[in-house]
Amino acid sequence: MNAGDSLPLLLGLAVLLPLASFTAIVLFGRWMGKAGILASYVATGAIFGAFVLSAISFSIWYFGDLGAPAEAAHAEAVAHDAAVVDTGHASAVEHGTDHANAGHHTARPPKYFAGDWYTLGQFGKLKVTIGYHIDALTIVMFCMVTLIATLIHFYAFGYMHDELHEVTDHEVTLSNGHHLHRPGRFHRFFQYLSLFCFSMLGLVVAGNIAMVFVFWELVGICSYFLIGFYIERKSASNAANKAFIVNRVGDFGMIIGMMALWAGLGTFTFGDIKDAKGNVQQGIFSQVRQEKIAGEGNAYRLLPPDGMVKFAARNEIAAGVEPTPDQMNKWRDQNYGYWLLVIAGLGIFCGCVGKSAQFPLHVWLPDAMEGPTPVSALVHSATMVAAGVYLVGRFYPVFAAEVLLVIAYTGAITLFLAATIAITATDIKRVLAYSTVSQLGYMMLSLGVGGWVAGLFHLITHAFFKSLLFMCSGSVIHATHTNDMMKMGGLRKKMPWTAYTMLVGCLAIMGAGIPLLVGLSGYYSKDSIVAQALSFWNNNPRHGAVFFAIAAGGAAITAFYMFRLWFLTFAGEPRDHHVYDHAHESPKVMYMPLVILAAFAVGVGWNAPLRLNVHGASEWLSVTALLEQARPAGDLPNGVLLPELDHPDEHASHQPTIHVVAALVASGTALVGFLLAVAFYGVRILNPNEVKSQFAWIYRLLINKWWFDELYRVIFIRPVMLISQLVSNFDKKVIDWFIDSLARWTIHVANFDAMIDRYIVDNFVNVTAAWTWSIGNSLRSLQTGKLRQYVMLIVIGTVALGVLIRWSVAAGP
Amino acid sequence: MDLLSQPVGVSHYLVVGAILFISGVVCMAVKRNAIGVLMGIELVLNGANVNFVAFSSNFLRSDQGHSLGLDGQLISLFVIVLAAAEAAVALAIALNYYNNHSTIDVDRADELKG
Repeated sequence: MNAGDSLPLLLGLAVLLPLASFTAIVLFGRWMGKAGILASYVATGAIFGAFVLSAISFSIWYFGDLGAPAEAAHAEAVAHDAAVVDTGHASAVEHGTDHANAGHHTARPPKYFAGDWYTLGQFGKLKVTIGYHIDALTIVMFCMVTLIATLIHFYAFGYMHDELHEVTDHEVTLSNGHHLHRPGRFHRFFQYLSLFCFSMLGLVVAGNIAMVFVFWELVGICSYFLIGFYIERKSASNAANKAFIVNRVGDFGMIIGMMALWAGLGTFTFGDIKDAKGNVQQGIFSQVRQEKIAGEGNAYRLLPPDGMVKFAARNEIAAGVEPTPDQMNKWRDQNYGYWLLVIAGLGIFCGCVGKSAQFPLHVWLPDAMEGPTPVSALVHSATMVAAGVYLVGRFYPVFAAEVLLVIAYTGAITLFLAATIAITATDIKRVLAYSTVSQLGYMMLSLGVGGWVAGLFHLITHAFFKSLLFMCSGSVIHATHTNDMMKMGGLRKKMPWTAYTMLVGCLAIMGAGIPLLVGLSGYYSKDSIVAQALSFWNNNPRHGAVFFAIAAGGAAITAFYMFRLWFLTFAGEPRDHHVYDHAHESPKVMYMPLVILAAFAVGVGWNAPLRLNVHGASEWLSVTALLEQARPAGDLPNGVLLPELDHPDEHASHQPTIHVVAALVASGTALVGFLLAVAFYGVRILNPNEVKSQFAWIYRLLINKWWFDELYRVIFIRPVMLISQLVSNFDKKVIDWFIDSLARWTIHVANFDAMIDRYIVDNFVNVTAAWTWSIGNSLRSLQTGKLRQYVMLIVIGTVALGVLIRWSVAAGP
Repeated sequence: MDLLSQPVGVSHYLVVGAILFISGVVCMAVKRNAIGVLMGIELVLNGANVNFVAFSSNFLRSDQGHSLGLDGQLISLFVIVLAAAEAAVALAIALNYYNNHSTIDVDRADELKG
């Protein structure tokens, strides 16, 4: 069995395992042990199974024979339409300590396996399938998601312990003044976790944009369920609604993008798929970046595909006449169809803005902290919000330079806004939430300035240290029963495991390391992002300065608020003795995942101590090397509508002139932020309250989250409420009135009908009956019952008849 | 009366039948005993039978060409059979009536009056 067969099988199974667990828990969760405790075993087993399958796929990808001839692979795999498009070798990229190896261009498309598991339907040219698209990015995402999800399942087993018995929710007061008392929902929690894992894995493995959209929405609905897990709390149900509705805004744009792609390309599929007859059907990526372009030396350049050009030139094409290739090229040179390409890219990115909580749709994520903490760790750091970044990475070949610029600006604004808000937040989870938004901004910024590997690498490293941080905060909340950092302090003595794993997480997210030598995982990813921003600045003096400044400054703010969090929570003297006295270290099932995640947060950016000679190139085993294997084909696009826009190749940022500067700047700013945090909250030589009163307006701005919620309330919610009020009034005053009067009129008509019935029809019937009765009554006396009388009557009657006949005969003629 | 002076013909039979019929009707009208009433019925029926037979008899007819065949005789046979059946039913009624009322006075059987 070669890789083309085994990978779809293994990953397909890995997707289906959580679905099976979800189905089992939905149907039988109630009977799974006492209070559904076995449901957690089922869910954890399923996700662990998915992790094992992902790990096997990883090793197949890494060590297996991927280079099987396409034809041979196809011959065995006709059954499920598998096609192996075997192009290019995996390029080697060294990361970490030796960046200097420049000059490896990935001109050719990355190696991937694409195919359809099942065709749902075919409507003309449009084929809707359940397909897969497996490349190194898919494999990396699978390993990351399943590993973190497995650890979170274990953690949730401890964290959700309260749900095993009756729960009294102290945050919900009923109308009778008592607190809400409800049965535990342990199995339901794991049921949603399983569905969530299924959706996320399905999204990652999906082979076409339609399928991505389906899983995209599934992820959305799962987050809705999980955020609103404590549904009786008003704040939780509001937050769930907010997350869902804000995501719909982004999805609307995504549908527009999908329509633009469908109209221009006629396919939803990402990669090329060979059908049963051996014809290769070009997917989205190879249509927008053709291998051979007429009169064009630079293959795989981003150009509007034929469909989009024809659409743009539809007024110049005579009916029924197919334009010649020359004509097409002429139109293409005039940038016909380019706008459509931009719209498609912006539309897809719009969906990612919603899902990845980018400005201006970032407002839902902090509120989503109403969910249980394992959910925050899973949904809001490693998986769901990562989906948006993943999709931007996946769709990278389609994005035009202008779209990338929009992505970069969105990312930069998000990064800065969220980081500043995190400075003043006092809710431990909200700090992390804004930190997440800010880090997602980093990823988007990186992708926007051309750092494909850097952005996705940061996605992976961030997933590890952010889920670690969230789970640490969950452990703290579990111990202290409060989210307010102002009530904590000094907890490191009470809960050392949590405190020191969280310290590792803080160091990782701040990007701690010895510049140019070694560092924690965040050091490498943040470093490469800053380097790419600097490289972009060199090429684009107009836009680049902002990006570089924000990327570097963001590092300082990140370090500041993370260590503010750590010092406020774990260091110093306890501020609330009641809380402190009740605090305790979490059970082993909760802190062991922390330790594992801490190990990953430290080392996921390192090269594995393996130098392997695989796929014809000697390379270190590392995440970046793997991601490098999935780098999209062709050069980064240059601006067409904004001609001065020039995206530098990512490898250029490995040049010492850029890399060294970036590393020093990033580490320097992070160190400044760290030292500031130490000064304010560690050794307390500076008083935060003084700064607060000195910059009162800035403080108010930040504590109110830049008034985004208020702004949206004025701009969107109020008008919507007003319009709904108007509509409701119209409904009540006009439509209801109309229907009411219609009803009244009907009643009148019915009354009139009733009169006719009563006085005419009924009367006639009654009179007839009375008449019949009186006749019968008067004839009664004739029937005496005397037999002899009857005989006499018969005789007399007969005689009378006889006489009558006789008489009439005699009288007759 | 010239009936007495003439040879026996249809008219004589008719007279007998009429006497039988009248006797029967009078018997039905005046008897209070249910058995007596039944007897009157038998007389009425047989009076009719005499008429049938008389009209049908070839010996009593002058116009031989228009014979009625055996129709009259057959009808009277039917009537006899019917009378027997009727008597059986009527007697059964009478017996039941006696069981319930300890009498067979038809004047007291007026429970179905209007």
